[in-house]
This record gives sequence, C-alpha cells and structure tokens, in this order.
Amino acid sequence: MKKKEILAILVVGLVGAGVLLAQQGNITVKGSDTMVILGQRWAEVYMKNNPGVTVQVTGGGSGTGIAALINGTTDIAESSRPMKDKEKADAKAKRGKDVLELPVAVDGLAVYVHEVNPVNELSLQQLKGIYTGAVKNWKEVGGRDERILLYSRENNSGTYVYFKEHVLENADYYPTAQTLPGTAAVINAVARDPRGIGYGGIAYGRGIKHLRVKPDASSPGVEPTMENVLSARYPISRYLYWYFAGQPSGDLKAFTSWVLSAEGQRVVENVGYYPLPERVRAESRTKLGRSESKKPNASR
Amino acid sequence: MSTAANTIRLASLVARRRWREWVTEKFIYLNAVGAIALIVLIFVFVAREAYPVLVNSVVHEEVTVEALFLPQNYGTPEAPLPYVWQPVSQVPKYSLMPLLLGTLKVTLVAMLLAMPLAILAAIYTTEFAPRWLREAIKPVVELLAGIPSVVLGFFALVVLASWLQNLFDFDFRLNAINAGVAMGLAVIPIIYTISEDALTAVPRSYRNAAYALGASRAQTAWQVVLPAALPGVFAGVVLGFGRAMGETMIVLMASGNAAITSWSFSESVRTLSATIAAELAEVVFGSPHYHVLFFIGTVLFTMTFALNWLGSRMIGRLRRRLTGVDR
Repeated sequence: MKKKEILAILVVGLVGAGVLLAQQGNITVKGSDTMVILGQRWAEVYMKNNPGVTVQVTGGGSGTGIAALINGTTDIAESSRPMKDKEKADAKAKRGKDVLELPVAVDGLAVYVHEVNPVNELSLQQLKGIYTGAVKNWKEVGGRDERILLYSRENNSGTYVYFKEHVLENADYYPTAQTLPGTAAVINAVARDPRGIGYGGIAYGRGIKHLRVKPDASSPGVEPTMENVLSARYPISRYLYWYFAGQPSGDLKAFTSWVLSAEGQRVVENVGYYPLPERVRAESRTKLGRSESKKPNASR
Repeated sequence: MSTAANTIRLASLVARRRWREWVTEKFIYLNAVGAIALIVLIFVFVAREAYPVLVNSVVHEEVTVEALFLPQNYGTPEAPLPYVWQPVSQVPKYSLMPLLLGTLKVTLVAMLLAMPLAILAAIYTTEFAPRWLREAIKPVVELLAGIPSVVLGFFALVVLASWLQNLFDFDFRLNAINAGVAMGLAVIPIIYTISEDALTAVPRSYRNAAYALGASRAQTAWQVVLPAALPGVFAGVVLGFGRAMGETMIVLMASGNAAITSWSFSESVRTLSATIAAELAEVVFGSPHYHVLFFIGTVLFTMTFALNWLGSRMIGRLRRRLTGVDR
C-alpha cells in the first residue's frame, strides 16, 4: 500500500509539474520551411536570455502553420506568404478571435542556376517564359544550346505560391517542372544539373550562382543584395510573417516584441535574411503594443 | 460407487475444458474478425472522403469524374494540354492520367528489374546452391526487405541518380528509371521470398521422378519444379506489383515529381502515392482538392487490393495443384 501511495503522489506531482511547465511560457511556433532556421535562432537566443520560457519551433510549410493556427495547435504561425482572407475568416470562425498579422523579416527570392551556366541575368518576363514553358532552350535567353530543366517546389509551399503570383502572374507552372520538398533540395538539384534553374530563399543560396533579375527587359539586372531587397529595387522580395489568433499577451507578447527589437532583428541578419525597414518595424510594434489599450473597447 | 463418482468428475472436467476451449476459440475469432473489420473500416473511411467527388455539386464546380480521366481543353489549339495535374491554380486542373501513367511507368521498371533477379535467385537457392550458401543468401535477400524505403529513396536521390545519368545521359536526373530501379530493390525480397517458398514446396518426389527419367538438374529445375511452382511464383510477382504501386517514399524522393504525360521513361514522373504524400498535409480540409486526394487513395486501395486478392488466389491454386486435390 505504502508503495502505491508514493507512486500516486509521484504521478500527481509529475503531472502537476508538467501542467505548470506548460503554462509557464511554453510557446509553439509552426509553419514556413523557409523560416524554420530563423525561428529556431530566435528561440535559442531568447531562451538563453529568458530561462523560464520554452519556445518550440517546427516547420512543415506556411500552409501547415496556418492550418495549425486555425485549429488552435500553435501559438504562432510562421508564413512566407500573406494569409488569405478565407483563412483569416476560418480562424475567426474557429478561434473566435481576429488574426493579428505582423511582418517580422524580409526575404528576397533568389533565382539559381548552375555555376557553369553563362547566363547571368534574366528579366521577370523571361523567367515567366521559362517557368511556363514558352522558353525551352537556354539559347533563347543568351545561354548555350541546351534544354532548360525546371526545378520548383511542392504546391504546398509559400515559396511556390509567391513565385507563381509574382513571377508567373498566376499562370501555371509548366508540367515538366520537377517539384522538390524544400529550398535545400532545389539548390542541391541545381548544383548537380548544369542545365537546371531553380528558385528559393536567398539565405539558403550558398555555393550556387544567383541570377541578377531585371524588373523589365530594358532595365539593368539587380543583384539580390541587402540594399536592393530593402529598397525594393530587387523585384522578387517579400515579407515574412508571424500570425496570431487574437492579441498576444504575457510571454508570447514579450517574445514577439523582442523579435521586433533591434536585437531580434540582428538575428535576422545573422541567419541571412533582411531586417525589417524601420517604418515597417515601427508599424509592427504599434500593432503589437496596441493590444492592451484596445482591449477594453473590443470587449464592449 | 467410485466409478459413478469418477464419471461425474470426468464429466465436469470435460465440461470445464469444453467451456475454456469455447472461450479461447471465440477470443481468437474476435481477433480475426477485428483485423478484417479494421481493414474494411479504413476503406470505408477513405471511400467516404472520396465520395463527394462523385456526387457533391460544390466539388463538381472544380472537378468532375470525367475531368479526372478524360482529356480536357487546358492548353491552346497550337499546344493542347489534355491531361494536366495542377491543383493549385486559378483554374485547378485535376487530371489523374499523368499520375496513373507515372505510377505505371515506375512500377514497370521496378518489375522488369526485380522479376528476373528475384525468380532466378529463388531458383538458384532452391535447386542449385549448396546448403551453406542457401542459408547465407536467403536471410541476406530478406534483409533487403528490412531497409526502410526512405533510406532507399535517399540513396536513389543522391547516389543512384548520378550514376544512371552519367551512364545513360538522361535529361532529367530524377526520372522514372531512377525511381523504378530503387523500387525494384524494395520489391526483390517480396518476389524472392514467395517464389522461394513456392519452389521449396514442390514435393521431393517430383524431383526424384525427373532424375529417375534421366533429367539433369537444370532440366529438372526448368521443366519440372518451376512449372509446378508457377502459380506461387506468379503470386509473388503480383504481390510485388501491388507493393510497387503503393510504395511512396522512394518515388517521392527519387522520381522528380513532375506530372508529365509522356511514355518516355527518362522523364520525371509523379505517382499517385507520392501525390497524396506531398499534398495531403497542406490541403484545406473539405476542399475539392482534399476529396480528390482521397479519391486517388481509393483508386490505389482498390488496385492493390485486387492485386493482392489475385495473388492469394494463385497461392491457393498452387497448394491444390501440389496436393493433388483437384486433379
């Protein structure tokens, strides 16, 4: 009997401790594969400075993160594309709260080719032609007389959707585009394929040649550098977002406002993305800070 | 008097034993039924999620059953695109033909590689190999079945694809042949194990009779043992075929996943199973896309089920033939 009692107390104690731990600042972050490394670096640095808080970061794709937010299984959804109105409505219907959208970093999409490819720049129009199958040979865009082999992402990725909307202007990818699971896989494939072309985050793009992108046929090609992305001269750049169901509070809010601080934005740079321009960062901070002052009104 | 008491005691013992037997039997029966019920329930669930593709008018605004199978007008008159799988699009396009074709191509390559290798290996181990060698080969081939398919897929993605491309100068590094070869490795142990069992099950007397008539070992193997075991060997092939069709991880990694409609084996392919694996995690619950993915699941389930059923019928026929019940 004694033993059983001790066991029971132990179990109750453990469960209690678990619940306590779970309440005491366990933050889950889920979503975009592009942002996983960024999210993890943020979590590591933040947890080092705030020992009481646990931040768990997982990927799966922007869609996965948003679905998790709608279903209430994550605190923060990371997304490399803006949430659709329908998704926001779903979240509102399921969670009963408005979705809060905060840009947290800037990313440029790079277009990669194999190192030995003589082509150094392409216009948006040419990129569209290549990915929709109108242009099939490198010769047509100033390269060698070789077939162009397309590498793309799976249709669940935010990068896929972003590229389709901004470069293909919503046209369909050509069916021969090979779809790979993740930017790293695309880079890996292009690195082994002198005839290949791929796209993905700049942060991943090491050891492969980035193309300069021309906004239109007559303008000069723009390198995907920090200045060019931040000044929006580089034509394929995007915000990376965090989404919340309702206004964050407590640890969640503290973590988020740290991410938007100068220190948090330095992490962004270290990982290889771009910090938010000052104006957008200020906007994000007000949106986050507004929470307390607005709450009494909202509860009316 | 004591005999009467003994009889009573015996009777109660028998009754108790019979009762215990009844309970055991029912328990085992329930287990068996439960296993079957589970399979049926899985099928019912998958089919229920697929059902709206047939009847739901909301789903029909995006996709109809005809659009899944029949050629559509997606391209321009100069460059017609009759079969397109492009579910994330302004106009979602859900043709299953490129996916069916992809599954077929990969499976075909896998079978062309695995069938001869596995059957010849089975014949060698049962008919020709010395005992020690047989006892070495059999477990090693069966070990191949234990390799996780994701490992095979990774091997095909990183190593095999480069070898094959250097060898044959493919345009697409990841293609049907690459995925098919990797899949063949996964199918070999299935065909081998079942063929080997079938060949071993051929009675000793068949062989002795052949030797007595002056046949050589090769003649006995080819003309007596193999024909006798043929239904079993065929069953192995059919089961291997089913496995190849449903296999997901290898094709997801090694095939390039481009939904191209062509008969060329050197182009990338997207299979039914890989499509489900790649897209189901992200799809909006209850959307037409979601239901179409379950429809694909139902198609796959039905095909593999039919093949497995055929396979087990073949094994049954072999058993009857060898025990001589129906001849």
